[in-house]
Amino acid sequence: MIKAQIEKFFNIRGENVIRLKEWKEQGGKVVGYYCTYFPQELVIAAGGVPVCLCGTREEPISAAEEVLPRNLCPLIKSSYGFAVTDKCPFFNFSDLIVGETTCDGKKKMFEYMSELKPVHVMQLPHMKESESSFELWVQEMRRLQARLEKELGGEILEEELWRAIDLVNRETAAAKGVCDLNQQEPPSLSGLDLLTVNWSRGFNNNKEETIRMLDELREALIGGGSVAAGKPRVLITGCPIGLGSEKVVTLVEEAGGTVVAFENCTGYKTLPLMTDTSYDDPIVALAHKYLQIPCSCMSPNEGRMKLLQAMVSDFNADAVIDLTWQACHTYNIESRAVAKMLKDAGVPFLHLESDYSTSDLARLGVRIQALLEMVEK
Amino acid sequence: MIALGLDIGSVAAKGVLLDGERLFTCLSPTGWDPRSAGEALVAALLAEAGKCREEARVIVTGYGRVSFQGADRVVTEISCHAKGVAKLLPGTDTIVDIGGQDSKVIRISQSGKVIDFAMNDKCAAGTGRFLQVTAAALGLAVDELDNAEDRALEVEISSMCAVFAESEIIGLLASGVSKGGIIAGLHRSIGKRVATMARSLGVGGQIAFTGGVALNRGIQRALSEELGQPVQITEYCQFVGALGAAMLARTC
Repeated sequence: MIKAQIEKFFNIRGENVIRLKEWKEQGGKVVGYYCTYFPQELVIAAGGVPVCLCGTREEPISAAEEVLPRNLCPLIKSSYGFAVTDKCPFFNFSDLIVGETTCDGKKKMFEYMSELKPVHVMQLPHMKESESSFELWVQEMRRLQARLEKELGGEILEEELWRAIDLVNRETAAAKGVCDLNQQEPPSLSGLDLLTVNWSRGFNNNKEETIRMLDELREALIGGGSVAAGKPRVLITGCPIGLGSEKVVTLVEEAGGTVVAFENCTGYKTLPLMTDTSYDDPIVALAHKYLQIPCSCMSPNEGRMKLLQAMVSDFNADAVIDLTWQACHTYNIESRAVAKMLKDAGVPFLHLESDYSTSDLARLGVRIQALLEMVEK
Repeated sequence: MIALGLDIGSVAAKGVLLDGERLFTCLSPTGWDPRSAGEALVAALLAEAGKCREEARVIVTGYGRVSFQGADRVVTEISCHAKGVAKLLPGTDTIVDIGGQDSKVIRISQSGKVIDFAMNDKCAAGTGRFLQVTAAALGLAVDELDNAEDRALEVEISSMCAVFAESEIIGLLASGVSKGGIIAGLHRSIGKRVATMARSLGVGGQIAFTGGVALNRGIQRALSEELGQPVQITEYCQFVGALGAAMLARTC
């Protein structure tokens, strides 16, 4: 029964290709995005459909390398590769792509992507504690609002925006509800199932449906999960992971461990963040929420350390793996601080640097197995 | 019950058999087929000890561990090295192991439990393979390197990539730099590379140097200098992983 529900999540991506095709034929608008900093509420309020774009698979990387340097993060190469080879149906459906200046690689890649589609890049400030950063971010939200109103046709009404905020808040709470069940021993879901659920929901154009599916899954899991007891519990942090780049998760679970949670942005990182509806201005409320995302592009990034500490304790993690994609400087550098914090707390820790290819499976496997041997009694 | 530990590495396959107080060792090139290399070791060790296969518990480690059939357990070389060094060089805090295709640093407890470890990343820099490629460019076998080094004429080899180091060496030879000086530079370059990895993990007290590359006195010296303290060597430096596996086989 649980297996069937996970499969429903897995099928979202395929089903939504058909739904979005119909939506487009009826004149509906689609806005594609890559990153959790994207305030999707604005698109929903404008009557459009926000959809997550492909960028987690190896296949289109060689095509991307005709334009982009090889020594670049696989996520950027894959995103651009899917776009330029027209292999991502969601990119194809998109009337507008919205990116953010999270890192130098993405920022410059979007310049080339704009040769393929209209691209709007939000300037994300990187020192979120300062007042000027917050002001800039609010202005960037308003600039995006204006662009969406122009591209999607029609004004974004405040009450529509509050409604969209409520919808996204409810989806976030529902997703957190499922993820939190993994705090138990044995955990409810394997790492691969957890990844399938979290990654797939970004492709659904119908958030009410996603919320229902998440709530149903949660109900079903309360009766008992699908993971055997007694396995070493591993928490994964670092760069985003999607289906197609789940090799570290697979290696952990093949070696006898179980991934109980993902601190990364495709996992839990944004789930404790709700838009505070007590503000007068919905844009200001959204700016507050999004600027709190503890991504390594922020400096300093204490929020990630706090979240990790809380998650290691809440999810009873026996070990932590920090996965950095090749050439992601901010996560790679920040790993030293993560390592120190966890090792000082006596938590076995492993930093892995890899890409989407399968060339290093044996090398990763031996490190992961050794980490699990450290945890064994 | 006798205990058999196999460490099937990328270059050499090592086996240790423990029978009460008796200890047997065997080493052979791995070649292209790690599975047969492991089986040949088992046969040789059992014959020497006069035992049969049914009496032995077998633990296998090393990169060939996955292809060997019939092991009672498979354990990583990281855990096996920790166990083996705790026995051979008691008091060790940090192990530096340089093998054929990787180098690793392992922090261990006194009982031989792994506390932390690091391994070289995607390339052959600082491994036996790096030595093999560069020795070939000098027309030497790997085991001839340490006698041929000339520390007085040491030059800097800056390439970390084995392939680029080879062309760097060809260039140095062409400009008349002595072989002995180049070899001293190679030893230094490996010592530096591995010492950096060790320091990034945090080196504590006594350091043990293991693996096939530990037989090279030039690298022993370079590594000791780079780490600022003498590294400890055991005559069984190539058998540490296999011994650790055999010790684990005794208790599993």
